[in-house]
Amino acid sequence: MKRIFTAVVTTLALTAPAFGQDVVRVATEGAYPPFNYVDANGELGGFDVDIAKALCAAADLTCELVAQDWDGIIPGLLAERYDMIVASMTMTEERAQVVDFSDKYAQVPQHFVMSDALGASVDASGDGIDALKTALNGKVIGLVAATAAEPYVRDTFGNSVTYRSYQKMEDALQDLVAGRIDAYADGAIPITESFLSTPDGNGFRLAGAALSDPSYFGLGNGIAFRQADDALREKINAALAQIIADGTYAKINDQYFTFNVYGE
Amino acid sequence: MTSLIQYGPLLLQGFAMTLLVSLAAFGVAIVLGLLGAWAKISGGRIARSIAGTYTVVIRGVPELVLILLIYYGLPSVVQNGVRYLGGEAFARFRLDFDPFTAGALTLGLIYGAFATEVFRGALQSVPRGQIEAGRAYGFHGWRLARQIVLPQMLRFAISGLGNVWLVLVKATALISAIQLTELMRTAELGAANTREPFTFYLAAAAMYLAITIASLLALRAAERWAFRGERAVA
Amino acid sequence: MNVETMIDAVPRLFDGLGVTLLLAGVTLILGLIFAIPLGVIRARGSRLLSAVIQVYTFCFRGTPLLVQLYLIYYGSGQFRPELEAAGFWWFFRDPWNCAFLGYTLSTTAYTTEIIRGAILAVPRGEIEASIAFGMGPFTRLRLVILPQAFGYALPSYSNEVVFQIQATALVSLITLPDITGIATVLANRTYQHYELYLTAALFYLVLVYAVLLVLKAVEARLTRHRRAH
Repeated sequence: MKRIFTAVVTTLALTAPAFGQDVVRVATEGAYPPFNYVDANGELGGFDVDIAKALCAAADLTCELVAQDWDGIIPGLLAERYDMIVASMTMTEERAQVVDFSDKYAQVPQHFVMSDALGASVDASGDGIDALKTALNGKVIGLVAATAAEPYVRDTFGNSVTYRSYQKMEDALQDLVAGRIDAYADGAIPITESFLSTPDGNGFRLAGAALSDPSYFGLGNGIAFRQADDALREKINAALAQIIADGTYAKINDQYFTFNVYGE
Repeated sequence: MTSLIQYGPLLLQGFAMTLLVSLAAFGVAIVLGLLGAWAKISGGRIARSIAGTYTVVIRGVPELVLILLIYYGLPSVVQNGVRYLGGEAFARFRLDFDPFTAGALTLGLIYGAFATEVFRGALQSVPRGQIEAGRAYGFHGWRLARQIVLPQMLRFAISGLGNVWLVLVKATALISAIQLTELMRTAELGAANTREPFTFYLAAAAMYLAITIASLLALRAAERWAFRGERAVA
Repeated sequence: MNVETMIDAVPRLFDGLGVTLLLAGVTLILGLIFAIPLGVIRARGSRLLSAVIQVYTFCFRGTPLLVQLYLIYYGSGQFRPELEAAGFWWFFRDPWNCAFLGYTLSTTAYTTEIIRGAILAVPRGEIEASIAFGMGPFTRLRLVILPQAFGYALPSYSNEVVFQIQATALVSLITLPDITGIATVLANRTYQHYELYLTAALFYLVLVYAVLLVLKAVEARLTRHRRAH
């Protein structure tokens, strides 16, 4: 029985490259510009993509980039479809229970975006999260599935608002412009770069304080690995320190941002 | 319109991928359908109950949920099972499907259940007399199946298989959820990048409709060919 | 397999079941109401009208439902200024309306063709007999053709009901929290996708076969007279 089993599995293994880990596969989303996006040729690009390439070069690894929708990105890592996620992932506690994170490599604050008028009513309602709660009471809030903001907003606002769940940021932003949702919470940098700074973003702005509860938003953005994969994680951490020290990080940073995305 | 031209090549690639994955999935579905129909008609009790459960479950659960279930669940279950049974030697075994294979297998598995019912119905439509006549002429086993049962059965199966194919092509739109860059996914990409969703989804709809029309024409020709003998008699 | 996750999910999934049932129920009823006259025209109406309806049913049956839903939901956003000017935007603004519209258009297309087929299956002799009895076209339709056609249509229509229930699983892709949508939300927090989609699948399985059971009973009642012979 065992021999038959071995034979069958070996055949399977030969037909699919199932063993070994010569190539490190790196997943990113491709719908979070300027961090990661897919262009008109179907190619992946963005800050995360360049950082991933720089890290692989510094760690002397052969890497292969794959695009993966956001709500399946951690399950895909756990299922070993790829070995690490470089997608500006916020290092939240919920995620840290199932994956291990690298050292921080960026800091993307989380914010609500809404119309100028609604933003003004947030400002008028005071400070902090309570101002947002007051102003958004009874409103419709958009969230992208499996983002750091999703559990925080659902837990914080409870039944006082209506939720709409999207697959990717762009869909939610389109619906914000269309007036289908009143507010949307996600990373402030992608919202600014891909929306507020474009003509479509006229009449909209970030409002209220940054969402910063550390138990939901952790301490910055990191690269995710499977929990047993300490060897790869340590290699990448060393590579990260190296590209920061030798100026590669700064060079990539300046291609995409006018400020230091690494944060404090 | 300019955006459509810019994204045209990508959409066409997606269109080609939709056709390819549909064909591959259809192949899988036919194989599973033949196996399922054989199990239901002449299999033993175990084969019958496996085939029965297969069709009941697949027909009772939405395609999207099945796709998500298979995509998120099946590789891990198989992978962990192999590692558990295989011990040390298989500790690093990885069931690794690219999105194309995953999509073709998933859709094939789903539509294999529908093909099972088509083949079962078609097999039962083959007149018993023909099989008995074949036996009387000394045809047995594989020869009986290949030269008498299968050609007859295929005629009755064509229209049902045509329906399975048409539904399958439309269902490929759902496997953009498993990362295959097919037509729907390229349309979503164009819609998001240009903020012209109507333009891109309309273009995608037109391309799916083109596949449907071409398939219906081919199906009609196939039916005419398969029943050419009938008409001569009548 | 984490059974606890699955049990914990059940009450939440019942919320989703409400959305699924509401959507499937309302659109199936609307679809049937629209499909009966359309099906009659397809089978017995003027050539031109029948052709126009055929273009509609062909387009909706020949393209994926997901594309139709995206066209209506995301596509309408592209024409918001025009729709606002025309006074229609309030309708498209709400995802519920878009879902009702999309699913009704889809099921109406399929049901229309089912009814057409069933009407054409009514034996000519019965129609000729009713003409001989001096029935007008409307009475004939009401008393002879349609009651018979419903009997013929029921097996195909049962399939359509099941397909429509299953098709509602796509509505989470235009933001509404049905069974599948809630399973996804829960999966995204617990990372137990397999368990949650399995629970969702069980919900659909029970729902679909319960509905089929009811439809079988209805079918048995409607076709009593045929078996009696």
